[in-house]
Amino acid sequence: MNKPVERLYNGILKENPSFVLMLGMCPTLAVTTSAINGLGMGLSTTVVLAMSNLLISLLRNVIPDRVRMPAYIVVVASLVTMVQFLMQGFVPSLYESLGIYIPLIVVNCIILGRAESYASKNPPVPSLFDGLGMGLGFSMSLTIIGLVRELLGAGTAFNIQLLPLADSANGTAGFTPISIFIMPPGAFMVLAVLVAVMNVVRKKMEAKGKPLAAPQGCITGDCSGCSFSAGCTGKSSERILEAEEKVEKED
Amino acid sequence: MKELLLIIIASSIVNNVVLSQFLGICPFLGVSKKVETAAGMGGAVIFVIAISSFVTGLIYKFILVPTGFVYLQTIVFILVIAALVQFVEMFLKKNIPSLYKALGVYLPLITTNCAVLGVALNNVTNGYNILQGVVYGVGTAVGFTIAIVIMAGIREKIEYNDIPEPFKGTAIVLVTASLMAIAFTGFSGVI
Repeated sequence: MNKPVERLYNGILKENPSFVLMLGMCPTLAVTTSAINGLGMGLSTTVVLAMSNLLISLLRNVIPDRVRMPAYIVVVASLVTMVQFLMQGFVPSLYESLGIYIPLIVVNCIILGRAESYASKNPPVPSLFDGLGMGLGFSMSLTIIGLVRELLGAGTAFNIQLLPLADSANGTAGFTPISIFIMPPGAFMVLAVLVAVMNVVRKKMEAKGKPLAAPQGCITGDCSGCSFSAGCTGKSSERILEAEEKVEKED
Repeated sequence: MKELLLIIIASSIVNNVVLSQFLGICPFLGVSKKVETAAGMGGAVIFVIAISSFVTGLIYKFILVPTGFVYLQTIVFILVIAALVQFVEMFLKKNIPSLYKALGVYLPLITTNCAVLGVALNNVTNGYNILQGVVYGVGTAVGFTIAIVIMAGIREKIEYNDIPEPFKGTAIVLVTASLMAIAFTGFSGVI
């Protein structure tokens, strides 16, 4: 398999950012109230991710190692601002419904994570495709989660009424929307089920001898997988453990 | 005064930052194993958000608006917050060691907490002045502290429960968060 195809496959399936690596949980929870929102968020993240990977890979020999984190943040924040204006201009309805989560793409750990772990060490073309693959994988998972929540919460998919609604006035039987699924509690519940399912899949794949990549994000409960851990002043995960041990000793 | 009170209640309880806006999920899941550490994290978040919403408010009002560079807000805010957290850490270490001892561990974690950037951006979107911005920031951070401390309290108890194998670890925490979010939707409509 040549490099670009391999990177795409890696991003979309093998190391899918949401399902396998469990990265970027803030947007995953927040914007998946419908399939359209999930897809919109996924695609805007894809654009930022592919472009930032390309730019950072091109600049990788120019950026001094000590200030690489601020430099990456400037690159990513500029791209996010551009995407924000493009969306405001061309898809105002999506821009309205995604709201603050568009500028917050800056702190999405997938983007700085890929910059740090891939783009800063590899040539531009594979980096671009790595970003594209990861972005498309992220879009795919957000769309799937959005689809599940929209279907259960409103009986629709991409705003098309799939399940006919029950109508008590005419006495027609049908689907009663479980609207909690499009509200915040539903987001946590769907993600909980997803994590549990992935735990089972992980176990099955391990038994088959083809283990999946370990989750990296904050969902693991420590900071070692955090994309910022290298630039972080505190080596936080160790310090948190230290603090917890200290509390335990005092008990 | 009444308006400020409304901002505090709305931002801390009704629109809880973690449970209804999904900002700051990382520390909420990562640092909620023990009540003491959760409270420490909450304290650090209150401290940093109060300072950062003041500073970003000043920068927005006196630099970005007069010069017409409002569109640079995302870039400016994230860089200012990142620099600010490091600066606050150094300052505390040198000058207020007692506070540093209590909060120091958690400060670096907060740089990339989306709640901090979220507050700065929301202050602009909602058109708050500097005082309202700081009040909104503190309210949001108090809401974060409430959520993370309750979660830590529940997690300390969950440890002794018999949880189905696939739900062990993060999944059961998310189920708990879901139930907490259902409880918090009870506050919607208060304001």
